[in-house]
Amino acid sequence: MAELLIKNGFVYDPMNNIDGERMDLAVKDGKIVENVGGKGVKIINASGMVVMPGGVDIHSHIAGAKVNAGRLLRPEDHFKDVEVKTAVTRSGVGYSIPSTFTTGYRYARMGYTTVMDPAMPPLKARHTHEELNDTPIIDKASYPLLGDCWFVLEYLRENMIEECAAYVAWTMNATKGYAVKLVNPGGLEAWGFGRNVRDIDDPVPHFNITPREIIRGLCKVNQLLKMPHTIHVHTNNLGKPGNYVTALETMKCVEDLAKGDKPVIHITHCQFSAFKGSDWRTFESGAEEIARYVNQHSHATLDMGQVVFTDTTTMTADGPFQYILHQISGNKWINHDVETETSAGIVPFRYRRKSYVHAIQWSIGLELSLLIEDPWKIYLTTDHPNAAPFTSYPRVVSWLMSQAAREKVMKKINRKARRRSLLPSIDREYTLREVAIVTRAGPAKALGLTQKGHLGVGADADIAIYNVNPERVNLSKKYKTVRRAFQRAAYTIKNGEVVVKNGEVVKSVNGKTFWVNVKASPSIIEIAPTLQREFEKYYTVRYENYQVPTHHLAVSSPVLVEARV
Amino acid sequence: MVVTLRPKRSFWVPVDAECLTPDIFAGKSSREITALKLREGNRERALGELFEVEGEGGATPKEVSIQVFGDVRKVRRIGARMSAGEIVVHGDIGMHLGEEMTGGRIMVAGSADSWAGSMMKKGTIEIKGDAGDYVGAAYRGSTAGMSGGTIIIHGNAGNEVGCFMRRGLIKVYGNVGQFAGMHMRNGVILVRGNSEGRAGAEMTGGRIVICGSIPSILPTFTIDSVRPRVKVDEEEISGPFYMFVGDLAEGGDGRLYVSQTRNPHLGFYEKYL
Repeated sequence: MAELLIKNGFVYDPMNNIDGERMDLAVKDGKIVENVGGKGVKIINASGMVVMPGGVDIHSHIAGAKVNAGRLLRPEDHFKDVEVKTAVTRSGVGYSIPSTFTTGYRYARMGYTTVMDPAMPPLKARHTHEELNDTPIIDKASYPLLGDCWFVLEYLRENMIEECAAYVAWTMNATKGYAVKLVNPGGLEAWGFGRNVRDIDDPVPHFNITPREIIRGLCKVNQLLKMPHTIHVHTNNLGKPGNYVTALETMKCVEDLAKGDKPVIHITHCQFSAFKGSDWRTFESGAEEIARYVNQHSHATLDMGQVVFTDTTTMTADGPFQYILHQISGNKWINHDVETETSAGIVPFRYRRKSYVHAIQWSIGLELSLLIEDPWKIYLTTDHPNAAPFTSYPRVVSWLMSQAAREKVMKKINRKARRRSLLPSIDREYTLREVAIVTRAGPAKALGLTQKGHLGVGADADIAIYNVNPERVNLSKKYKTVRRAFQRAAYTIKNGEVVVKNGEVVKSVNGKTFWVNVKASPSIIEIAPTLQREFEKYYTVRYENYQVPTHHLAVSSPVLVEARV
Repeated sequence: MVVTLRPKRSFWVPVDAECLTPDIFAGKSSREITALKLREGNRERALGELFEVEGEGGATPKEVSIQVFGDVRKVRRIGARMSAGEIVVHGDIGMHLGEEMTGGRIMVAGSADSWAGSMMKKGTIEIKGDAGDYVGAAYRGSTAGMSGGTIIIHGNAGNEVGCFMRRGLIKVYGNVGQFAGMHMRNGVILVRGNSEGRAGAEMTGGRIVICGSIPSILPTFTIDSVRPRVKVDEEEISGPFYMFVGDLAEGGDGRLYVSQTRNPHLGFYEKYL
């Protein structure tokens, strides 16, 4: 493989405490090395440009049965955004739910190289991986939904943590999953019976277990298995006024399980869980309360779920929430996957500037990321495509970096929302170092991806180069320049190969699929007969067929962990 | 200024001619127009490769008149998003004619394929021959149908005329297929000929006038009255007409006018008056 030398860029590598130093980076065989020499070294002149590790997205619905159902639901979404094929890329469609190939190309164009699909019903793992295989360039992984899985609920009800851990370990291997995902824990099972849970102490019908016990149980399991990522939680009551209390309760309920400073829980798309007020009329932001709690504690990480005013498609595994959204908006919807121990819903949705609620939601996401002091605790996402398509990340970056950019939007939003927003009182502006943390280093650290998110020797050579000169350009004033730079990376280097140049894909490569391989321990083998028996009894799929074989992944990249079970 | 276009050969695969509008032609010389890009199937072509171009665009779109001759039945999206000026097609034309147009005028001497005037906002389309399905309709999956302007069809139209229509006027002098005015929110559809039925399914507002026959009225419509005449766009149309209200399945308040004399089989409704 060719050797690369990236010269003279302003390097932002927060994990190695490099903050805009002008330096050279050497790449050999897909890794960062001390230096390269000799003939055949390709030199990239990055002078006057920003060099960062490739972007890491911790939460973006890019593949799976529900995403595909969303594609089917929205021909009008494809119609308005068409990508024509080129010599190296395939054609594709889709604005808020792009087709798989387009997803890969568009991420690469923004300098992103690792993306996590956050919701995979275990029964739909095969489908999810087939789509991930067709998502080029980026590395990816998927989190199986376990918060409403019958096995998990039954083991946790009996307080059989070790057995549950064995089951989770088996599921990770069987579905080639990466992290434990909980969506409205307990609520989805209740939705199967047309109900929901009210708070984290409301028992799940027919199971006699509360969301609190599920969250705590899976958190313990996660620690026992030494999973690279924490539990990834979409809170109960998401999208309802007053739910910031539930978000706080959820973080509090695992407080005692934390050891040292290591996080034990990730609250995802926190914007949707930071609503205050008793109904939509008294609706306001609960960002301050959540930020205060997160600033005082170190066991939780968050991601934003930033709203951008656009026409998008909401899709979560939270069926009851999506049903409410369908009723509020009057838009068409799909209820999906109820038979697979989760219950996805899909509703097209338009966020409007002039809507009070939508404008407050826009404000909440930014308030959270500006009020939480430590950027290592909150990461940039739009919960693609729920709050906005991932292609709006550059816009979000410009809002984080520039008060002027925020004010410009503030002028156009709903007047009541403008009065109530906290944003005018916040003058914090992210530096490029902080942007590098929330878009790459932070998520990589939270995901336990030691090869990603930094540019130290030995790291994967996933590099993004943006054409903006921090010495010449006033980043907080020239936010449009920043946005354009982040929209079209000058170069994206994936695994040591230049895949994007001047915002155009010049080479399409296959990305890896990460999955957690929990090293076989006796207890996994012990539970196999039980699982086989239960599969025969309850499942429409046989135990053997349920498991996704390694050769099913285009590029399998197991992350080995040794469990204590 | 008049720009004349003649195809150099016949087309086998669809030609996506989104660039064929007065807005894009305006201010361009004949050479520049020849160089415009369009797609034939999955190949990119210059306009000049496919068409013989004569004349040049005026300074503003309003001054541009595009005259299209020859067989252009495979050419799609002519006049898409046009805001002013004129397009005259001296023959038949392909799909998506005047899609999302916001002004100006399109004349077709022959027939138009499906999706004529879909999602149009303003302006006029006149088709001397027949039109295909989805005249003035919303794109599939979308609820944003025609929101203004006028479409006049002298021949027949296909199914789902004015699907999700929000405002504007569609006049059909011939017959229409099934589901005329489906999901209609507002606006007027006038059909001088017959309807194949299911008119106004799921409509919540607006008016549909059918001067010819219709096999039956959907059961989710209720009869309101018999009207001697209906006024459409300053034009008095003498009836008498049965006036139905619906679609009640959607809580709708749309008006469906159906000729009394041409539909004796609907006479049983009169006992509910």
